[in-house]
Amino acid sequence: MTTIQEVPQGRLKSPFFSRQAELDRLNRWHEWKGYSSADGFYDTALEYFSIRNSTSVFDLTPMTKYRITGPDSLDFIDRLVTRDMRKIRPGRVAYAVWCNEDGKVIDDGTIFHLQEGEYRLCSQERHMAWLRASAIGMDVSIVDETPEIAALAVQGPTSYSVLKDLGLDVIENLKPFGLTNFEFEGVDLMVSRTGFTGDLGYELWLPAEKAEALWDALFAAGKDHGIMAIGTSALEESRIEAGYIAADIDFLPADVTVRPGRSRSPFELGLEWLVDFKKPNFTGRRALAEEKRRGSTWRLVKLDIEGNKPAHHSYIYAKSSGRQKEVGFITSATWSPVCKQNIAIGTVRTPHGRVGDKLYVEIYYQLEMHWSRVMAGATVVDKPFWNPPRRRATPPGPF
Amino acid sequence: MNERLDAIVIGAGHNGLVCASLLARAGRKVLVLEANDQVGGAAVTRPFADGYSVSACAHLLYQLQPQVRKDLGLKFELAADKLGTIALAPDGQHVRYNGNDVSGTSDGDAVEFKDFQRRMTRFADLLRTYMNRTPPRLAKDASKADMLNLAQFGFDVRRLGKVEMQEFLRLIGMNIYDELVERFDNGPLKGALSLDATLGTHLGPRSPNTILTYLYRLVGSHGAISAPAGGMGAVSDALAQSARNHGATIRTGMPVKRIIIENGRAAGVETENGEKFSSRLTVSNADPKSTIMKLVLARNVEAGFTRRIHNLRSRGNAAKLHLALDGLPDIGGVEKREFGERFVIAPDADYVERAFNAAKYGETSARPVFEITFPSFRDSTLAPAGKHVMSAIVQYAPHRLAAGWSDGTRQAFLDLAIGALGEYMPDLKQRISASELLTPVDIEDEFHITGGHWHHGELTLDQFLFTRPVGGAAQYAMPLDGLYLCGAGAHPGGGVSGAAGRNAARAILKREKAA
Repeated sequence: MTTIQEVPQGRLKSPFFSRQAELDRLNRWHEWKGYSSADGFYDTALEYFSIRNSTSVFDLTPMTKYRITGPDSLDFIDRLVTRDMRKIRPGRVAYAVWCNEDGKVIDDGTIFHLQEGEYRLCSQERHMAWLRASAIGMDVSIVDETPEIAALAVQGPTSYSVLKDLGLDVIENLKPFGLTNFEFEGVDLMVSRTGFTGDLGYELWLPAEKAEALWDALFAAGKDHGIMAIGTSALEESRIEAGYIAADIDFLPADVTVRPGRSRSPFELGLEWLVDFKKPNFTGRRALAEEKRRGSTWRLVKLDIEGNKPAHHSYIYAKSSGRQKEVGFITSATWSPVCKQNIAIGTVRTPHGRVGDKLYVEIYYQLEMHWSRVMAGATVVDKPFWNPPRRRATPPGPF
Repeated sequence: MNERLDAIVIGAGHNGLVCASLLARAGRKVLVLEANDQVGGAAVTRPFADGYSVSACAHLLYQLQPQVRKDLGLKFELAADKLGTIALAPDGQHVRYNGNDVSGTSDGDAVEFKDFQRRMTRFADLLRTYMNRTPPRLAKDASKADMLNLAQFGFDVRRLGKVEMQEFLRLIGMNIYDELVERFDNGPLKGALSLDATLGTHLGPRSPNTILTYLYRLVGSHGAISAPAGGMGAVSDALAQSARNHGATIRTGMPVKRIIIENGRAAGVETENGEKFSSRLTVSNADPKSTIMKLVLARNVEAGFTRRIHNLRSRGNAAKLHLALDGLPDIGGVEKREFGERFVIAPDADYVERAFNAAKYGETSARPVFEITFPSFRDSTLAPAGKHVMSAIVQYAPHRLAAGWSDGTRQAFLDLAIGALGEYMPDLKQRISASELLTPVDIEDEFHITGGHWHHGELTLDQFLFTRPVGGAAQYAMPLDGLYLCGAGAHPGGGVSGAAGRNAARAILKREKAA
């Protein structure tokens, strides 16, 4: 009798799946780039407060991870992204965006300078086709290491104490956007002071075969520091508070948009600080220089909205010559428990949306089947809604 | 570094010389750097055996644009004009055609031929206007002039009349095979027209788009073929003379190693011998792939553009055969006085298509097709007295031969070609005193053309007009400040037409005037 080898079908399981399944009380999972990823394990509010009050653990494994090496790796990455990668030394991490030739953002992500000439690029979307196209004519190797590298985001005020108790000394010297390496059960454990919560926090990266061992050790170390596994719903609230944008929510990757005008430039996403025109060449430079000259069409805004009704998917209006004119829409919204504010991220047409501008948000809400509508005032703010000093304190405090 | 130049032209091919000449005429300080020891690129006359010379790549003149001749006041002598074509038939029932007239076919075919040629030349005339202009830009930020240009084209097509417009739109993307089979019975006629439509391309007569390549052939002179006295090198020499007369400097034996980039701008070139030349503009007559991938380097331009350039199709498929003969061979059914004409061996359209089949799989044709001339018959300077030269294009010989091009595979294809010619010229073999076969790889090496493709990039609708060489770079200016393209890789394409060089010079001057 011939046996047919089983072909993996359906969703992939993260290397942390066995541990997450043990904790799971909700059985609410969604798909993230082929993997099962939990919406939550207990309760969104509970998980959210572990981010802000103790330590949260989020499984980052499905995040796309590319290893970029070779003699031309720096030239390659420097041409790929809009910021100057020559300034990012080994041991440092850079947040960056990369654009197509029209100067529209394909995605944002973090680039880890692992060691001289060796990089890891992390992003929400997969980009092998674009990276390979960008590598034409250069001596560089690009390897997708997403399944091989397990990753956890350990975020929250007590996260430093948890890692300290895990036995990671000298972690107190690690500055924001720094990375350092430890040995963990005979494999390399990389720790970076990065995250998506706007709080004190770290991300841990190691070979997938040691994923469960790390999880166990981490939760043992965090037992007295309020450690808790969290899902995407809680993380989503915290990233809006931090003012971070998300691909497929606040902007669409330029390589998936079809209609003209549906993709966004870095200027239109509030990321002008990432665009370095001192670099003589990067993909999108010519188009962005032109956009800078002519002005952008859209502007990303952070909004502080009156009331307590989250403004999901609402239209944004501005008063112009006594009449209210629709100028944009909300892409992310939440009631922020920690800020006690009704906050949102949205997109408006320029020239609207300057810092301090007063806008109006049309919020629909339902009470016992009947719909109601409010026009809530909203103020454009500059700073992240949540930005505690502990986020940057080095060494961090032992909360 | 030298004193600042206005423009450096990389490569003294005919387009480079036309461009240099027009820029110099407009008062620009121009330097032309040519890698080879003589000017002309692929339009040169050079010795290939003791006492024998030949036009080494291009060997007939039929596309030189009247505008180029007029603008530069070009003067060179023709050894022959309005050459006819003799399509050889295995049974000796050869077909002869010239202009709209054909003989050796049925009366029905002759009537159809007139109609076919009349229509094709009419369509070619429509294209001619646009061959001699910068193609319009189709982007959102297209200028008013671009839009007018485009509208004009639509209007010109409409002005053909309802029936002819429909025919134009029906035919323009089509393969020539279907049209030929519909119209003609005669094999050699269909074969010869199939060859005309596919010469120098990686296309067979049944490939889409071969009506377009046929029209392209007619654009210069309605297909009338001439041969310059002294070979194609005479045209290049005349162009070089014109450039020098207008004040341009030409230096040969100066291969360019790289284009110097300063602050994201082409600032000049460095030659292989280490000399650096600084210039306001750099104009490349090299093919687009060499220009961007070798001279500029991918890292100095944006991704997307380099992907398009990288994917540009430029696989040469034609070999060039040169034979030194101690006398003219016998061809059954052809009189000696006819040896000045152009001969074609392509007995049927299917025969040409079958020859192409092999090329798809990286093999040479078992039964190749030929375009043959005996240039010494009309031009005694090319061979010792009483002796002769045969110059032939042999198809198909793919650039990327599966077995790889080596002395062995080259010799095998040479023997095969001579054997195939022997079927029509029984005494050819004993008359050969020397031979040379240039494979596409040899053409690539000698003339510095990626893929050995004399159009610098396949001449197909996806690499034509607004998208030649690639989208976003079709108006001669490359997406690197200070860099222009003026060779066959730019609109409209290859052939010794001078259109690309002239259009490029005009685009550069217009841009400078606007700035």
